Amino acid sequence: MNEMNEVRKPPVATTGIIGWLRINLFFNWTNSLITLFVIYCLYQFIPWILDWTIFSADFKYNYLGEQITNQEMCSRNLDPENGGACWAVIYVRFYQFIYGFYPKVEVWRVNVAYAMLALALLPLLYAKLPYRKYFLYFTYIFPVIAYFLLNGGLGFTEVSTNKWGGLLVTLVLGCTGIALAFPIGIMLALGRRSKLPVISMMCTLFIEFIRGVPLITLLFFGMVMLPLFLPEGIDMDGLVRVLVAVTLFQSAYMAEVIRGGLQAIPPGQYEAAKSLGMSYWRMNLLIILPQAIRISIPPIVNTSIGLFKDTTLVIIVGILDLLGIGRGTLADTNWLGLSYEIYFFVSLVFFIFTFGMSRYSLYLEKKLKTGINMGAD
Amino acid sequence: MSEESIISLKNVNKWFGDFHVLQDVNLEVKKKERIVVCGPSGSGKSTMIRCINRLEEHQEGSIVVDGIELTGNLKNIDNVRKEVGMVFQQFNLFPHLSVKENITLAPIWVKKMPKAEAEELAMRQLEIVKIPEQANKYPGQLSGGQQQRVAIARSLAMNPNIMLFDEPTSALDPEMIKEVLDVMVDLANGGMTMIVVTHEMGFAKTVADRMVFMDEGKIVEEASPDKFFNNPESDRTKLFLSQILHQ
Repeated sequence: MNEMNEVRKPPVATTGIIGWLRINLFFNWTNSLITLFVIYCLYQFIPWILDWTIFSADFKYNYLGEQITNQEMCSRNLDPENGGACWAVIYVRFYQFIYGFYPKVEVWRVNVAYAMLALALLPLLYAKLPYRKYFLYFTYIFPVIAYFLLNGGLGFTEVSTNKWGGLLVTLVLGCTGIALAFPIGIMLALGRRSKLPVISMMCTLFIEFIRGVPLITLLFFGMVMLPLFLPEGIDMDGLVRVLVAVTLFQSAYMAEVIRGGLQAIPPGQYEAAKSLGMSYWRMNLLIILPQAIRISIPPIVNTSIGLFKDTTLVIIVGILDLLGIGRGTLADTNWLGLSYEIYFFVSLVFFIFTFGMSRYSLYLEKKLKTGINMGAD
Repeated sequence: MSEESIISLKNVNKWFGDFHVLQDVNLEVKKKERIVVCGPSGSGKSTMIRCINRLEEHQEGSIVVDGIELTGNLKNIDNVRKEVGMVFQQFNLFPHLSVKENITLAPIWVKKMPKAEAEELAMRQLEIVKIPEQANKYPGQLSGGQQQRVAIARSLAMNPNIMLFDEPTSALDPEMIKEVLDVMVDLANGGMTMIVVTHEMGFAKTVADRMVFMDEGKIVEEASPDKFFNNPESDRTKLFLSQILHQ
């Protein structure tokens, strides 16, 4: 033993920054080569992107100090050598991006709704929030408040939904679609697994039909066909028609995701619940669904993110969401040619929301895993 | 059905597809009687006790539990399940709930017991199975023997008149079997009506009032433990016993 210790070299550092670098970036020569190549690429790219988006960019004024009111005044259009992004277009059109064509006098209502949305999400995001129960009550009634606030009624002047646009439409479609599709999806998933053949067949048919049709088709269907099913004289709002289509679409996907979770629950869980005298609904609500949903969190968030981005398709039926407003701005002769800036901004906004959702799902997974060893017997 | 029978199976038949898993099974269990059911795997013993609380449906014959006939009537099924507790081979604890929540869940939601009372009850049951200190852990953090004892406590919390055990020690490491059997012996001495499917012959000898031996979906032999182990009638029983006792 002693002899061996004498000839052996001291171990290579595996802790600290040097150790980390050695293990992760310079483990062997190919690894080192790739690391150096990536560093070179970043070295080329990062200064350029920072310069374009920030240092040489126009925010409100061009390099001559004039306030920008159209694309001709952007620094990069005045002097191609001088200037990066022209963010002034976002600055000038900011109102439309966030509120669409909502009347300026009433816009405080949208702001209040945005603030309330944040408040309603709070208890979902922080399980340790003090008085969480009361916040949750607010979360449950928020959709009703938001409806009257945004749409009008109860003393508020009515603002027709064709004046809504931008982020407002994106959030209304995304949040309502996700929030409604979740319970509907659960019911469909349970229904599809039901022992009653009529229920199971109806749910399966619904899911397969909706899933087999592109969302765009469903949107057209909602726009054109839904009114035909309604009794004479009742006119359905355009946004509501789209919402119905989006919700149906999302519930079918949600149902399949949750069904996947349900299938992972061992039959013993059903038997234990039944042997304790639980009814079908108690068994599902207390035992089966909490576990199934926990397992399905990653795919649930995945389809939700998918839907949030798919809401941009409503442009095709003439509703202007965030991307729609961007496209509208591009069509304006004052702002022709600023597609980089506009698409960059729209992407950034979508990214912020979807990245938030993805982080939230990781947080949930971590939180719900504590102390639970699923399937360990 | 005789006067003092609490469980009565008459000519029960059941098929899984073409497989005739229960063939004309007749069994009468009196109040406070302890029955041990044994037999080779696939003999229908698990299926038989699962029929008693309707986890499986029988297709012919009648099963009457505490005066309630098991038919398609959902109300009857619920009532029977309130009378009958069941312990499974795989424990089947609810992994997303703590030990205490596992036990209080059914009393709170099925029996509408106030939460504080249910928690007190849970602690009492955990004392009975000798693991009150584990109340706030999750099932995944317990050993198999502890999990099975929690499962017993969970069933007892519903205050059943009858307890069914479906191979409660088969999934356990040998050194954990005793802690579970001890709890079951206590329960038997306390006067619980029990039907236990098990291969633990030592346990059978100490607590059973009657042994039931099944093979190929039929009850082959029913006898007192003394007669069953020392002087079995059927050759099939003799073969089974010689195999199981020389393990």
